[in-house]
Amino acid sequence: MSIPRDFNLLLSNLSIDKVGVEERVARFQTRSIKNEAKHQGLKMVLNMIDLTTLEGKDTPGKVRQMCYKAHHLHDTHSGIPSVAAVCVYPTMVGIAKEALKNTSVKVASVSTAFPAGQSSMEVKLTDTRLAVDLGADEIDMVISRGKFLAGDYAFVFDEIAAIKEACGPARLKVILETGELSTLDNVRKASEIAILAGADFIKTSTGKIQPAATMQVTYTMLMAIKDHYDKTGHMVGMKPAGGISTSKLALHNLVMVKEILGSAWLSNEWFRFGASSLANDVLMQLLKLESGRYQSSDYFTID
Amino acid sequence: MAKKKESPQGTEWNYSPSPESTTHVKLEKRYALFINNEWVAPSSKAYFPTLNPANETVISEIAWANDKDVDKAVRAARKAYQEVWSKLSGAERGKYLFRIARMMQEKSRELAVIESMDCGKPIRESRDIDIPLACNHFFYYAGWADKLEYAFPTKNPKPLGVAGQIIPWNFPLLMAAWKIAPALAAGNTVVLKPAETTSLTALKLAEIIKESGLPPGVVNIVTGHGDTGAAIVNHPDIDKIAFTGSTNVGKIIQRSVAGTHKKTTLELGGKSANIIFDDAPIDQAVEGIVNGIFFNQGHVCCAGSRLFVQENVAEEVIRKLKHRMESLYVGDPLDKNTDIGAINSKEQLDTINRYIKIGIEEGAEIHQSQCAIPSQGFFCRPTLFIGVSQSHTIAQEEIFGPVLSIQTFRTVDEVIQKANNTPYGLAAGVWTDKGSRIFNLTTQLKAGVVWANTYNKFDPVSPFGGYKESGFGREGGLHGLGAYLKLS
Repeated sequence: MSIPRDFNLLLSNLSIDKVGVEERVARFQTRSIKNEAKHQGLKMVLNMIDLTTLEGKDTPGKVRQMCYKAHHLHDTHSGIPSVAAVCVYPTMVGIAKEALKNTSVKVASVSTAFPAGQSSMEVKLTDTRLAVDLGADEIDMVISRGKFLAGDYAFVFDEIAAIKEACGPARLKVILETGELSTLDNVRKASEIAILAGADFIKTSTGKIQPAATMQVTYTMLMAIKDHYDKTGHMVGMKPAGGISTSKLALHNLVMVKEILGSAWLSNEWFRFGASSLANDVLMQLLKLESGRYQSSDYFTID
Repeated sequence: MAKKKESPQGTEWNYSPSPESTTHVKLEKRYALFINNEWVAPSSKAYFPTLNPANETVISEIAWANDKDVDKAVRAARKAYQEVWSKLSGAERGKYLFRIARMMQEKSRELAVIESMDCGKPIRESRDIDIPLACNHFFYYAGWADKLEYAFPTKNPKPLGVAGQIIPWNFPLLMAAWKIAPALAAGNTVVLKPAETTSLTALKLAEIIKESGLPPGVVNIVTGHGDTGAAIVNHPDIDKIAFTGSTNVGKIIQRSVAGTHKKTTLELGGKSANIIFDDAPIDQAVEGIVNGIFFNQGHVCCAGSRLFVQENVAEEVIRKLKHRMESLYVGDPLDKNTDIGAINSKEQLDTINRYIKIGIEEGAEIHQSQCAIPSQGFFCRPTLFIGVSQSHTIAQEEIFGPVLSIQTFRTVDEVIQKANNTPYGLAAGVWTDKGSRIFNLTTQLKAGVVWANTYNKFDPVSPFGGYKESGFGREGGLHGLGAYLKLS
């Protein structure tokens, strides 16, 4: 794709009114999800989770434990799905891959000098290839927020396109780190750049910066996906990550997906939650729905 | 354009029914008139049924007041005005208003459910908008009751006397609050007539007023049809008529009060323009279009029923609007997920359907959302007419339903001219990212309210009212208080 000198010509330059977005989001939050819809929704949430550990202190032991939990969320109860994927650093991909062989759980790896992305293209490509070679099914890259805020959109585009190429068969999630982009106009613009550059998914945050996946930001990104789909017929996935730790918030995110993008996006192929503590709250709500009683958090395992 | 088919399997996920409970609602089988803090049987001995428009069942029976009953109510109001209310200090009047406001808040859930049952509006709106806003009007005017001379310095503010107030069926309790709160704060007493299809929340308010210990006769509520309203308008001992409703009835009232001492405020119909410029935040504007025309089934006098879209973004706006309409749920007003409830009456549904037929006959392109609608009750799908011009009937006459006519425009001057090209002048909306353009339009649009990058926003502090055939006088804010005072 040849890029015009003024990259803005490729973008919609749609303006976003923050107050209007807040009102729209508040309206999604008045949707009442009860009974069968809640039961089905909560199971869907579990199956869309990317169970995540991204810490300096991650060890093979920690990663193996989390991987076991990923496909044994609550064995004392039947009919509980496994999560969609685990998300780890490149050095842990091999461990996770081994721990999850013969399961449906995918292994995602962050890359491109996560979380700041402050390194050379060479390092970022090597980082990505390392994860792919170790067997990562999905790559979660970060965009260069500094370049974006400096207005060098072509650089951001080129970088994403190059990483996409390095991914080979692995699906690429592009993290915008919306907490550093400051405005919804910027979130919209970065979403469009990532989508045009070949992102399979766009993702809100690294989880290292606050605010992370607010509903306002997720709404803005879903609208960008919707507009792209209407123009091209090409589906792009969405992953809000960071800050979604309750069932209620997760269900309200699904309400947005359903009402903006439609039921085609309601599967873990097109929608994910990046979360470390969401699963147990969803399990607790799910079991409460069936038994009528809340159980103590001690009955839900921590891995 | 061709669409690639990509991994179509998603999940069908439908919201389960989520009806608001009605077990806490207390309603009488039959309601008498509320005069002098007593429930008084109508001398006409006549009652009429009030229906739930969502299932066409009778909820309760309402007294039909004749001119004798109205006279009784006006006498009660006059006596209360002369002997009690005009002698009470502002601070004391304020205390009663604060008490009523708090009691309404305490009963807000019951009031919201009754409003939705009687009126057809979705519980989401009665719970989140109508009832809280009605309470806020009482709170707001309660605060002014002891500060009238500060509100109108050097004007020596004095109450008018007895106010006759006639309100419509689209926001029953909210309109009652709009009318009663400023009248009482200013020191007047009141005879209020709710609309015949929606009397229940006003009668629940009467129960609250009685329980609050407000002196007898300060607020009297007489129910009935048009003849009851006419009896109020024509009663010689009324000092002020406040009316919200249709322009036709407004004109009749205006004729009746001509040559009398009665002061009048009329808040009448509208055919308001909602204007979308090409630099607008399009997705938020689409939401504003939806709030403008589909809020309360379009039973809103200031509904943004004439949409003007700049031609270069018309295709995008209409595509997005059609998509958004598919996620509006039409159905049981008591279901928490319902966005659009029932049309208030069979009569109104017939009116709306007649206009839809006219729109089709006049050649405008119709689009309705695909949603299922209940087989029982009065329902209407959200409806768009595309390719409309000012000369179409549906662009000129008030439909008072979920029917939007869409016109395109090219330039700023053109849209100002067309927006003002109507006998009405109640409200307008302007959507643009350019602040200077907003100020240009607000000074040129002949409308009582102009919203910028939003629509249908109401607040007790903000005055509301129209130009031209949309009426005169303002309600809300200091303007609304002044309408109940002699200012010298």
